[in-house]
Amino acid sequence: METVIEIKGLTRKFGTLVAVDHLAFGVYQGEIFGFLGPNGAGKTTTVRMLTGVIDPTEGSATIQGHDIRKEPLLSRAHIAVVPEEANVYLDLSVRQNIMLMAELHGVPRHGRLREAERLLDALGLAEKKRQKARTLSKGLRKRLMLCAALVTHPQVLFLDEPTSGLDVQSARLIRRMVTDLNRNGLTVFLTTHNMREAGEMCSRVAIIDKGRIAAIDTPEKLRTAISSRQYVEVRFAGAAPEHNELASLPGVSQIDTDNHTYRLYTKLPGRVVTEVVRLADSRGLEITDLGNRKPSLEDVFLHLTSGSMERNMQ
Amino acid sequence: MTGQRKTAQAWRRQLHGSLVILKKNARLYYLKPPVLIFGVLFPVFFFLAFKMGRPIAAENVVPGMIAMALWFTASAVGPLVTPWERNARTYERLISTPVSLPAILAGDVMSGFIFGTCLSVIPVLLGLVLADVYVANVPLLIAGIVMGALSFASLGVFLAAPPTRGPSNIMLLSNLVRLPLLFVSGIFMPIGQMPVWARWIAPLSPLSYASDLIRGAFGRPAFFPVWLSLLMLVLFTLFFFLASCKFHNMWRAKGL
Repeated sequence: METVIEIKGLTRKFGTLVAVDHLAFGVYQGEIFGFLGPNGAGKTTTVRMLTGVIDPTEGSATIQGHDIRKEPLLSRAHIAVVPEEANVYLDLSVRQNIMLMAELHGVPRHGRLREAERLLDALGLAEKKRQKARTLSKGLRKRLMLCAALVTHPQVLFLDEPTSGLDVQSARLIRRMVTDLNRNGLTVFLTTHNMREAGEMCSRVAIIDKGRIAAIDTPEKLRTAISSRQYVEVRFAGAAPEHNELASLPGVSQIDTDNHTYRLYTKLPGRVVTEVVRLADSRGLEITDLGNRKPSLEDVFLHLTSGSMERNMQ
Repeated sequence: MTGQRKTAQAWRRQLHGSLVILKKNARLYYLKPPVLIFGVLFPVFFFLAFKMGRPIAAENVVPGMIAMALWFTASAVGPLVTPWERNARTYERLISTPVSLPAILAGDVMSGFIFGTCLSVIPVLLGLVLADVYVANVPLLIAGIVMGALSFASLGVFLAAPPTRGPSNIMLLSNLVRLPLLFVSGIFMPIGQMPVWARWIAPLSPLSYASDLIRGAFGRPAFFPVWLSLLMLVLFTLFFFLASCKFHNMWRAKGL
């Protein structure tokens, strides 16, 4: 598979603080690559280095074969960015905002006019194209930023929290648009806190913690990799066994209760299922729901970044 | 493609980028209140405060008025653009486009240059119509206005380098620089008639050379030779632009 983004030993220090510490990974052509991490883990700093906003202290990265330090303009010619903290030009119209980005990327006049009309239609902004961006809601401004990014025909799209704080329609529209574009070959570098979104959209995810990559793989493999976070979920009709009885079943390492649903964490889910059924039989209890569950991406994330989360809370 | 053609194409793209920035700035910033207040109202009030009730010959006033208007207008846009973009959170997307930072800054300089040269037509016309003066050397007047506007616009862009999200902080800084220089640059009286200490400081201000050229264009005696004034304005423009590139680059990610 062709590598579109190649990162080798990428490091960024701010004084004595090492924000990003010798990152090394690749992003393949045509994948949606999720970049996850707790606040302050180094996600935004990494994206800012890749998009030319800040210089790395050490290491290198290439985008479509162009080194971000030696050929910054060529590497930036292949990308479009929708930063989380960014905004559109409020005093320009919707159409002027799109044209500005297209012109800065050197998109020929005829092509940019046609493409802008198509994107305005696709993102539900056609009727508002003459309105000042100031009059748009947050969701519509985000759509406009995506429009302005896509009109440049990028090969790699950097999306930083694209659906954070948006209404359901805007979030769904943006997700659908990105997924459709990805099917047509667009590579997406997605930074998000939304684990469900990452799990559904991403081909692979990297979890960054304290400036270092804690794990990188497909969401499915990451879920399987932390077998200790597999669990058996059981729910009883009416009376349930004592908490201690369930906790002392062979193979159970930990137990959580949530609204009469028990989560029995185990590396041996098959054996625990058998033990739960045996216990229910012997006690004459009725089981309404019983299943072997793999950890969610959120479980993986929490497992790998628990130290940072505690630090943040302190 | 040969190396030379590639280089020429890259330069063309960056020049195009600068022109796009110029168009954006003209649309967004020419009518912003700080530009109108510090770029248009300021010189008018300064002129009135200086002229009203004082028996000063028109031929002495008009060149100074033109130079002062040019000084304020050309240097008014630059200090506003970057802090405004940082504050409006549009700066990060701008610097991640394939337009280099020097090309973006060149676009900012062009914005100030065009704003300054266009508005300088007003005091020139007012001077010619309302006062009994004439332009003795038109090429010199054009050279003074063009080179002055370039160096003042570069100064404006240079002043916008400190990382802040508050445009008012930079406007304050720019006035701290612009106002004192106004009094030692031969605007209100010819440099030759200024006190000795002021004559020592005058060569450090680009306004001195621009006002001297404009004064010469109106047939008044110039303090510096024409070649020196032109050379110094070129050097000031280069210095401010290169310093802008260095400091804007150094601080580009701060305060995002």
